[in-house]
Amino acid sequence: MSQVHVTTKINGDTTEYLCEADETLLDVLRNRLGLTGAKEGCGTGDCGACSVTLDGRLVCSCLVLGAEANGREVRTIEGMAHGETLHPLQRKFIEHAALQCGICTPGFLVAAKALLERNPDPTETEIRYWLAGNLCRCTGYDKIVRAVQDAAAEMRKG
Amino acid sequence: MRYETPGTIDSAVALLAQEKGRAYLLAGGTDLLVRLRGGYIEPDLVVDVKRIDSMRKITAEGGGFRIGAAVPAAELGEHPGVKKLWPGVVEAVELIGSKQVQGRATMVGNLCNASPAADSVPAMVAAGAIASIVGPQGRRNVPVEEISASPGKTTLAKGEIVESILLAARPPHSGDAYLRFIPRTEMDIAVVGAGVSITLDDKGVCKAARVALGAVAERVLLVGPAADALIGSKLDEAALNKLAAAASAACRPIDDKRGTKEFRIKVAGVLARRAALIALERARKS
Repeated sequence: MSQVHVTTKINGDTTEYLCEADETLLDVLRNRLGLTGAKEGCGTGDCGACSVTLDGRLVCSCLVLGAEANGREVRTIEGMAHGETLHPLQRKFIEHAALQCGICTPGFLVAAKALLERNPDPTETEIRYWLAGNLCRCTGYDKIVRAVQDAAAEMRKG
Repeated sequence: MRYETPGTIDSAVALLAQEKGRAYLLAGGTDLLVRLRGGYIEPDLVVDVKRIDSMRKITAEGGGFRIGAAVPAAELGEHPGVKKLWPGVVEAVELIGSKQVQGRATMVGNLCNASPAADSVPAMVAAGAIASIVGPQGRRNVPVEEISASPGKTTLAKGEIVESILLAARPPHSGDAYLRFIPRTEMDIAVVGAGVSITLDDKGVCKAARVALGAVAERVLLVGPAADALIGSKLDEAALNKLAAAASAACRPIDDKRGTKEFRIKVAGVLARRAALIALERARKS
């Protein structure tokens, strides 16, 4: 099988890679580029653990081919903090203990960030619907929702 | 597997038509990649249509809108014009999957995946949407209800691609709506879906109607007698009872883990009635 040559932008950096035609973007990120923040939970687009943005749209990277990223812009959890400074969502997840095992956390953070970029002041219902595609099997959702609300409030103050 | 990204619909058609092996179109990929990664399909060729300009756009046409086959659900949901003209179609598309899935899934993919439970299809059928198909023999326009043949099978010939869907202009006092039943509030597959579109005259009497049902047969059904029950009425109680009875009578569902035959038949009538009332409310305001 001939490999596909891809030039893309990941977290603002121009990146090149070769991948198989049927390889997912998630596998490229994890296995070829060492970006292991996005996780494979289900591999079928149900759990959201592999969430990234592609040209600004929230997507499951398990349902994107690596080849499709050519000429596009990908953002992952690895691009969320600025150096040692965590994004407010990351800080609030820690403060509210909104994680236990952490497998779902990168997906929740990427999805929550996409929500707050579109809607800086979401209601609890809006947060719950927006995050319906992210599954957590240990913490439960209440702490996650509260962390997102608290981060949103802080970000609105600027 | 070869992966191709043609820049024009004609080159996409040529790629599909010339392929001797198994060829698949990739739009949003939310069905195709699940089947690919699960080993259910082994493509020789995947043609990604997202680099074809005409398929990426929503364009105004004759007072209606043409929706390109590669437009993701999220983009359709953000389009104020389509939302205002065909709110039922947009609400049906927005029920498909999570926000992550919405970022990729397309209305035409939902149609061509040919699931009888596809949420956007009853709404499109009720809307009288027309699929614009390009193939080796040229272009043809087909009502969306003629695309699905049976679960997973379409009536498209080898090399044919649905390029776009036309949601036409509407007369004044028109409204549409889509409702589905699922056992939870989000992220599930329809047990029954009902789409209704109506147009009222100046006195509030229904002069045109289309009713479509999902997940109650091997494909989405356009139910003529259910529409006839509304036409000539003001959607009073008697007309709504006739609508519900006609919708239930049209069902030929299966029993499965999501619902029994009896449940689906009953709920089809209930949802058709409720969707008709929402469509009525919207028609009165438009």
